[in-house]
Amino acid sequence: MYDEPLVSSLKSIVGSDFVICHPDDLIVYEYDGSVDKAIPDVVVLPETTAQISSILSLAHEKNIPVVCRGAGTGLSGGSIATHGGVQISLSRMTRILEIDPLNLTALVEPGVINLDITKAVAKHSLYYSPDPSSQKSCTIGGNVAENAGGPHCLKYGVTTNHVLGMEVVLEDGKVVELGGYPEAQPGYDLRGAFIGGEGTLGIATKVLVRLSRKPSITRTFMAIFADLDSASTAVTQIIGARIVPAALEMIDALAIKAIENARPMGYPRDAGAVLLIEIEGLAEDVNEESEAITSICEELGVREIRYSELAEERERLWAGRKGAFAALGSLAPNYYLVDGVVPRTRLPDVLQKIAKICSDLDLPVANVFHAGDGNLHPLIAFDERQPGSSAKALQAGEAILELCIEAGGVLTGEHGVGIEKKEYMPLMFTPDDLSIMKAFKQAFSPKSLLNPGKIFPDGKKPTQKASIRVGSFSTTDSDVWI
Amino acid sequence: MTISKVSNTLLLEPGMEDMYKCVHCGLCLSACPTYLTTGREMESPRGRIALMKAVKESRIEPSSRVISHWESCLQCRGCETACPSGVPFGFLMEQTKAELIYPQKTSLKQRFLHFSVFKLLFPALPLLYVLGTLVKFYQKSGLQRILRSRIVTKVAPSSLVVLENQLPAIKGNFFSASTKIYPTKEKKQGTVGLLSGCVMPLFQGPIMEATVRVLNRNGFDVVSPPGQGCCGALNVHAGERERASKMAINNIEVFLKANVDKILTVSAGCGSTMKEYQNLLDKSSSISSEDVSTFVSMTQDITEFLVSIPLSVPKTALSMKVTYQDSCHLAHAQKITKAPREILQSIPGIELVELKDSLICCGAAGTYQIVQKDLSTKLLSKKMATIIETKADAVVTANPGCIIQIENGIKQNDLNSPVYHIVELLDLAYSTESKI
Ligand SMILES: Cc1cc2nc3c(=O)[nH]c(=O)nc-3n(C[C@H](O)[C@H](O)[C@H](O)COP(=O)(O)OP(=O)(O)OC[C@H]3O[C@@H](n4cnc5c(N)ncnc54)[C@H](O)[C@@H]3O)c2cc1C
Ligand code: SF4
Ligand code: SF4
Repeated sequence: MYDEPLVSSLKSIVGSDFVICHPDDLIVYEYDGSVDKAIPDVVVLPETTAQISSILSLAHEKNIPVVCRGAGTGLSGGSIATHGGVQISLSRMTRILEIDPLNLTALVEPGVINLDITKAVAKHSLYYSPDPSSQKSCTIGGNVAENAGGPHCLKYGVTTNHVLGMEVVLEDGKVVELGGYPEAQPGYDLRGAFIGGEGTLGIATKVLVRLSRKPSITRTFMAIFADLDSASTAVTQIIGARIVPAALEMIDALAIKAIENARPMGYPRDAGAVLLIEIEGLAEDVNEESEAITSICEELGVREIRYSELAEERERLWAGRKGAFAALGSLAPNYYLVDGVVPRTRLPDVLQKIAKICSDLDLPVANVFHAGDGNLHPLIAFDERQPGSSAKALQAGEAILELCIEAGGVLTGEHGVGIEKKEYMPLMFTPDDLSIMKAFKQAFSPKSLLNPGKIFPDGKKPTQKASIRVGSFSTTDSDVWI
Repeated sequence: MTISKVSNTLLLEPGMEDMYKCVHCGLCLSACPTYLTTGREMESPRGRIALMKAVKESRIEPSSRVISHWESCLQCRGCETACPSGVPFGFLMEQTKAELIYPQKTSLKQRFLHFSVFKLLFPALPLLYVLGTLVKFYQKSGLQRILRSRIVTKVAPSSLVVLENQLPAIKGNFFSASTKIYPTKEKKQGTVGLLSGCVMPLFQGPIMEATVRVLNRNGFDVVSPPGQGCCGALNVHAGERERASKMAINNIEVFLKANVDKILTVSAGCGSTMKEYQNLLDKSSSISSEDVSTFVSMTQDITEFLVSIPLSVPKTALSMKVTYQDSCHLAHAQKITKAPREILQSIPGIELVELKDSLICCGAAGTYQIVQKDLSTKLLSKKMATIIETKADAVVTANPGCIIQIENGIKQNDLNSPVYHIVELLDLAYSTESKI
């Protein structure tokens, strides 16, 4: 709803150029990288913590919901304004405030793009380690909110292992600091609690990240297998041999086809699966691990192993993987991506069961995922224009999530619960667990105005919502459910 | 919201369904100069595509507000390079302009600009030459100095003053297409045809001459056959496809008759348009598709050509630190980023310092520097800040528009570093060698 007094107050806080309220403009704020859509009532583009604090106290006073948006690459609908209200876009808060190469930290604004931190500190031979596949565009604020991971988090850990502290604006506009430097802080680890809060606990306005030293050698392997089964056995055996590669990623045949269709990257179209393995460290260790990995792969009948240490060639080996999700748009109009995690030892068996679930429902499925930590990303292909097809995809997704939990795994590896998976929370948590979580959230945000409608189930099964989605959006809309 | 049935028939041209290849993943955002500068999703590739979809689906009207978001697009195609889904953004934007923007040019200023630029000047090169001569007279005669005196700049409308300041200096002689053959003095390797283009021979005569010398030096006879015209890039970018397709047919006919091994251009913007002539022409065109594809396969950017031949290495060193700004239509539209760097590094004594964000547009973008002055100026000042950071002695790029824009930036920052087209630097290296 257009609320004139609200809009003019917002304009007086950030300036009229930075308040977006025309319906023609707001339409581009209805999406993120996922499938859910909703149009906010007004979008504001603040530039300072003080402005965000004023916006939040205004919204608090008027009981208006507030949703924060980084780059909108999220895959669980986190930045979608399902309840309308004010959307705060952090796209103008992109300054790197301080680089401290001696203490290995950088202080940045929340809208800074993940990869830009690495670019800015490269001259000190340092980098920021968590590397979501979306790192060229996603923001550090969004990473904190989703506790984002990435291919290299296998060895070095996810966002929470690399963020030391942050400045946060709470629901009522109060500014607080959580965590900080040095790492060991007395009292509860509220920093850790905030990370992964999916924008429901507060808005991070400054983030203090840990920088890492670049390893002396990085070697990337592409191991090409004839079938998925031997590739997943290789994953289990590599980890079983106590080798922790910096990254260990799986790309199956259908995913290869999508990548090569969209933008040829030299992946072998006739392979059953490809593993991308990266090892890093001192020359001696790298050589030793390379040999071990090669012999494991050879024993499992690997067809070919390509490798490189040159930055440019390595980037090329990675390029297909990093663009894989979006490349799926070249195969079918819709995809539903499941983000479940299973213990690594169960990989071969779970992958077979996933293939069966999908083939029983006559749905193609592609797998591109962080094999090293068991974080699956089955992508179920469907065409929502075919009656009943969305429902079938969701049915398969649900069966896969149940399978993951049954195998001793969890609902989401890195994309967050958001809107997409909130109805599945009871699969993992008892009503008691959920009410404790809710109480925790309310300690931060008593009025629940921050990012409402996320994480906690509200009884609407996605299968019901799916039919509404098909009806309300164009039949040709090619959403990728990544 | 009113839903208009009319818009249902919009954006239905073949190829437009490719907008649905966009899965709104956002990976293109950080490659988009206008998004990075404004922070507004409407000014991003993903936002611009979302607006196309919304119009096509009759959710919104193509209102002047919506159109303004498309018009702020530089058509630099940085987003195409970034997009893992293979969305042909350049084509989508050109088609959107052709269908929705071009037919309803509203403001008088824009209509005037369109008429003069797209209907009068570029299709009819002689007129452009007359204008060029007048400008040259204006600059050389001292009239410019008088007009630039404080009194006049005070009374003249400010937009005119800015425009006047942007007027590129006309250097050296005009270069024009003719029956002339520029023969090589070395062992002959072949004959190449050079597109003389429109702005380039007028404002950048010396670059054309340098190109001829560089090609001669490497064993190629050069011709720039008469009858050729402007490549049509500005028309295509503005959505003026009909006239552009006529210009395309003319150029194809002229060059295929010229009996050359390759068709070369020194302007990245022309090269990308020529390599995409097939998008402008279809079965109903008065030219065969074989001729179109022969022409396209023969067309190369000068840098692409120079790295494909055994390039003769200059014998003396040019001791100079340079930085290279990627021209968008070379890097993003033609995907050529290595060739220019290879050429620069092959010149003895040249130290190449990489420019931060060299893949981000400088804000020139054809007529953009005139019609979207605000954004263009912001982009230029960002670009200048990174250029200054490199502490380079000279800036090198591969397109006339970029040269003019960066030269303006240099002037505004009271610097005096030269801005070279890459062939000029190579030519400079060859010419110092002959003096020894
Ligand atoms: C092609 C592709 C590949 C991807 N690969 C990966 C991957 O490998 N690993 C991975 O973990 N994710 C991946 N993602 C998902 C996504 O990029 C991450 O979740 C990322 O962290 C989102 O960042 P964003 O800036 O886009 O945030 P948004 O999508 O804008 O927002 C995400 C959530 O963060 C909240 N938020 C944003 N900024 C702040 C802030 N300053 N304070 C508080 N809350 C905030 C929002 O409210 C929302 O709930 C991928 C996405 C795509 C499209
Ligand atoms: S990168 Fe491509 S698919 Fe992704 S939002 Fe941009 S245009 Fe769309
Ligand atoms: S062409 Fe350039 S300005 Fe236009 S949307 Fe793409 S990146 Fe942005």
